[in-house]
Amino acid sequence: MITVIKIAIIGFGVIGRGVAEVLLEKKEEIQNRIGEYSIVAVCEKDGVAYNPDGLGWEVLKMKGGDFSEGSTVDIIETAEFDVAIEVTPTDIKKGEPGLTHISECLEKGSHVITSNKGPLVVAYSKLQELAERNEVQLMFEATVGGGMPLIKLVRNDLAGNEIDSIRGILNGTCNYILSRMESEKLTYNQVLTEAKELGIAEADPTYDVEGIDSAAKVVIIANALLNMDITYDDVEIEGITAITPEAFEVAMERDYTIRLIGEVSRETGSLKVSPRLISTHHPLAVTGTLNAVQIRTDLAKDIVVIGRGAGQKETSSAIISDLIEIFRK
Amino acid sequence: MAIVSIVVELKDQPGQLLRALEPISRYGGNILGILHQREKMTPLKIIPVEISIKIDENRVEDMINAIKENGVNVRSYNEIRLVATTSALLVGHIIHTDLSDTVRKIDKTGYAEVIDMHINMPQLNEPSTAMITISATGKEKLQDAMKLLNEVCRNKDILVIEPLNEEY
Ligand SMILES: NC(=O)c1ccc[n+]([C@@H]2O[C@H](COP(=O)([O-])OP(=O)(O)OC[C@H]3O[C@@H](n4cnc5c(N)ncnc54)[C@H](OP(=O)(O)O)[C@@H]3O)[C@@H](O)[C@H]2O)c1
Repeated sequence: MITVIKIAIIGFGVIGRGVAEVLLEKKEEIQNRIGEYSIVAVCEKDGVAYNPDGLGWEVLKMKGGDFSEGSTVDIIETAEFDVAIEVTPTDIKKGEPGLTHISECLEKGSHVITSNKGPLVVAYSKLQELAERNEVQLMFEATVGGGMPLIKLVRNDLAGNEIDSIRGILNGTCNYILSRMESEKLTYNQVLTEAKELGIAEADPTYDVEGIDSAAKVVIIANALLNMDITYDDVEIEGITAITPEAFEVAMERDYTIRLIGEVSRETGSLKVSPRLISTHHPLAVTGTLNAVQIRTDLAKDIVVIGRGAGQKETSSAIISDLIEIFRK
Repeated sequence: MAIVSIVVELKDQPGQLLRALEPISRYGGNILGILHQREKMTPLKIIPVEISIKIDENRVEDMINAIKENGVNVRSYNEIRLVATTSALLVGHIIHTDLSDTVRKIDKTGYAEVIDMHINMPQLNEPSTAMITISATGKEKLQDAMKLLNEVCRNKDILVIEPLNEEY
């Protein structure tokens, strides 16, 4: 019986700090649902903060030099905690450093909540087995769709349904670029420049615009929600860089627009990320940085969710809901 | 234009096929495929041969009669209806990479046909865009045709943007 839930946050960047803030800010509401908790450890790349009695608001002000010497792995091996929130950078080829962090946490019997796609893309079934063997949970709502609910929606609310296909817009940066090209008749490069200025696209946008990020999410969806056993290399990937304003013009004559769609379908066997023509009236034809997903099932038929796929508070929302799911009283 | 499939009965002798094919070309038919159904050979060594042809629909009757007049027994014929249709966008150097070759590869399948093409004329050396509409004899055949289109376009570095609705 856990008296106080001890939380370790691994990776203290945008999301790590966002989650810490919500945990401190909404402490009362969340404690009403799961019982008392405290953040006992925060791990940065070059330092850690640890207090078995709990860290308070001061942790949010800490910067590089304020952390004590020590590594994340030291904390995982020596500190006592019930759940780790793993939010280090994504690497979809090797999954590190997250893969090591998550494996070691599960191994020592700690639940894990992550927004980091890499470890799940590289080793989903291995990590699930590890979690089961150690009787803990691995939760990852935030890896797909940020604040938009999908994983628990399918697992809990659509329980009993057979999932035929899941497809949709899984990358807000691409959706922003395409919907701006559509409405402003600008070229890909013009909109990309604008998106960089607004902080919507990264300086090196490859990961988003080439469809890599969407493909990583397709892998997670296929493995976790359609019980497939696929890897990143099984996904056919085509990005958005070759799309022209004229393509939108021609599409528009027939009331179509173009969106980057990730698709997992049992029926057609398709596993792909590619630009697709969609009717301007289709529920997936969302604009701006939104994400949108259509789930097709045998009983409930079609369900569409739309929401924000990224952002500090949005992604924290998914992490907090995973936390509540694990410890709900 | 119509796609017609006819089954003629040919004796297992040289020169037989020519008697059936000659009227087809005389009436401007374009042969898409010839299939000898040897497994269906009769005890009298007569082999049914299925020929699919693309031809002006107004000339089908005359062509069939001409084949019969050539002494070839036509067992059956029927027009293949194109029941499934889809459109896709092509983006790239469509014209430089021989558009008609792309269309021909689809039309030659015998089960699918490019029924419409709308091209947005490019600026010099810029990629152009085309909305291509393909019909096929059935849903699965249409999927095969789209696969073929994707293959042809991949080799030519043309982006194919397919529609989302799987109900072709
Ligand atoms: N931002 C979003 O909206 C969003 C949405 C959904 C999912 N995600 C995912 O969530 C994760 C975190 O994203 P983020 O935006 O918070 O990224 P971020 O701001 O770059 O934060 C990651 C943090 O992890 C630290 N780190 C690196 N290696 C570490 C290690 N071995 N031990 C402990 N900390 C380490 C980094 O330190 P250094 O800076 O010193 O390297 C950085 O502070 C990523 O996997 C991302 O893909 C983000």
